[in-house]
Amino acid sequence: MAVTQMNTGPDIDANAGGLRTDEQRERWRLFGLSSPALLIVMVILVIPTGWLFYISFVGANGSFSMENYARMLERKSYARIFQTTFQVSLITTGLCILIGYPLAYFMSQLPVKWANLCLVTVLLPFWTSLLVRTYAWLVLLQRQGLINEWGMGMGLWEEPLKLVHNMNGTLIGMVHIMLPFLILPTYGAMRAIDRDYLKAAANLGASPARAFWTVFLPLSTPGLFAGALMVFILCLGFFVTPAILGCGTVILVSMQIVSNIELFVNWGAASALGVVLLVLTLMVLWVASRFVRLEQMTGGGH
Amino acid sequence: MIHQCCGDISLNDANRDALPITVRNVTKTYGKIYALDDVSLDVKSGEFLTLLGPSGSGKTTLLMVLAGFTRPDRGSLKFGATEMIRKPPHLRNVGMVFQNYALFPHMTVAGNVGYPLRLRGVTRTDLAKRVETALETVQLGGYGDRTIDQLSGGQKQRVALARSIVFEPRILLMDEPLSALDKKLRDRMQIELRHLHEKLGRTTVYVTHDQREALTMSDRIAVVNHGRIMQLASPQELYEQPENKFVADFIGDSTFLTVTRQGAHHVAAGVTLKTTRPVPAGDDLLLMLRPERLSLLHGEAGEANVFDATVTELVYQGESYLLYARLPDGTELTVRGAMRAGTFQTLPAAGDTAKLALDPSDTVIIAGGED
Repeated sequence: MAVTQMNTGPDIDANAGGLRTDEQRERWRLFGLSSPALLIVMVILVIPTGWLFYISFVGANGSFSMENYARMLERKSYARIFQTTFQVSLITTGLCILIGYPLAYFMSQLPVKWANLCLVTVLLPFWTSLLVRTYAWLVLLQRQGLINEWGMGMGLWEEPLKLVHNMNGTLIGMVHIMLPFLILPTYGAMRAIDRDYLKAAANLGASPARAFWTVFLPLSTPGLFAGALMVFILCLGFFVTPAILGCGTVILVSMQIVSNIELFVNWGAASALGVVLLVLTLMVLWVASRFVRLEQMTGGGH
Repeated sequence: MIHQCCGDISLNDANRDALPITVRNVTKTYGKIYALDDVSLDVKSGEFLTLLGPSGSGKTTLLMVLAGFTRPDRGSLKFGATEMIRKPPHLRNVGMVFQNYALFPHMTVAGNVGYPLRLRGVTRTDLAKRVETALETVQLGGYGDRTIDQLSGGQKQRVALARSIVFEPRILLMDEPLSALDKKLRDRMQIELRHLHEKLGRTTVYVTHDQREALTMSDRIAVVNHGRIMQLASPQELYEQPENKFVADFIGDSTFLTVTRQGAHHVAAGVTLKTTRPVPAGDDLLLMLRPERLSLLHGEAGEANVFDATVTELVYQGESYLLYARLPDGTELTVRGAMRAGTFQTLPAAGDTAKLALDPSDTVIIAGGED
């Protein structure tokens, strides 16, 4: 009874107000922590992208025009560039899956201590510059490169193989750079698979191969999809590695953007390309999001 | 209806009887630790046998050897007359319920229960029928289309059970299947599992660390410690006449008094013991005192063994009371008694002296020494 009498007293009301203020203050403080990052995102992402969007609609004479987009439809070369970009991205993703999935599987079966060591070696390339890694491939793959010299030295082949300045080199380099992006989420998904599922499958009569196909593979595909999606999207806008190892023989959208700016100083055309690539990427993400939970790409969720 | 597939596993109508399990000299070491130390065990056909022991005792290792997930260093394992020790798990045809259920999250309830049947090449119509029958057996008829994360803990447990019996294995293994459930549900599932066992008649090996669960469900209990079987007996025998101190201590609450032999008599805490039970040989003997077998003596002692003690504490526990008392030599004893209205007021308080009586038929003398 005493309690019901007290809960309308002046002290109680004053406290309620104070508690509400405390709650709000805490929320603002938390928000304050994220403000530098939000500012940076505003300055280097939202504003430039908006500006790109704007100038893609500005014609050569400085007025509103669709000519940048019209040109893309007119010229066959643009369609070919987009086609090549998607092709290269698709092949790179496919190769990454072929190489990365078994490796991730191997790592997931190791004791955690050894798996972590493997993980460090997978991440090791991230500690060196992308440019260095790409030029290292050039050293290995070129006509008088290490691979050709060794191969011919051991008599494996007569003529130097064309390993670089073409599609081969582009794919080798891109697969190498992209592999960790596939392995990490795939490995994460595999680690999260309870070993008891496979034991249960075996107990119920599944041979190891059968257990893999019916239990392990389906449970690891969300991670694999997330990794593959990440690789594919990164490939769509990749510039450095394909530019150096392809050496102008494999032209991707990103290179066309660069040449539009550097060669032709046509910001409008470059921006339009960027916008189309962005829209296509978002479309890929949208389609993919219907099959994969996107938070798996960043390792969150399960 | 039945197709041969995947080597030896198949559903075979002629082989539906339960199978006995014979374990001989099974040893498993991890480095210098003996997880299983020369274990031999016979599980009778159709029996419900529980492996009971503290964590790390080797009970789960033994179950994993039966299922084929742990490869022992040596020994023999027979299901019926067939040597199984080197058979991979998927060819053993035993049902197993895992501690965390291990239900496949990417399949529905029916997908899970039908999984072992699909592996055995059962036709689609037959499969659906068998799945539904199995689900009805565990009282989950009509739940086939649910996904696993729509189920409660108890329901998951039942699905896991249905999955382990649907392919009619002749041996059923259970690894602490009820440990994740809350107490009320656990009590109910214990009875249900027991009924299911009576209905299906499969040879069942059940692992638990919960002594009450073991006593409730089992035909026989093997108490395991340090990779060895300390005693294999019926629940009643195990509780009433434990063979050693470990079993006496692990099952139920007990206090022990050192027993000395004086000629033909046995003396503990100055009391010459009268007992109707057999006394083991040897000089190292202990008197086992269970709290509920001791009582407060009000009138004449009669035939009972009587200990004089000082009450140190009296605890009210609702359905019963707990009385802590100290013998003159300093040994602490506990007496548990049933309570009715007014009982509590008649009990001695802390500091009072009390006479504690132990009936000769409850006077259990066991061999002492290290387990």
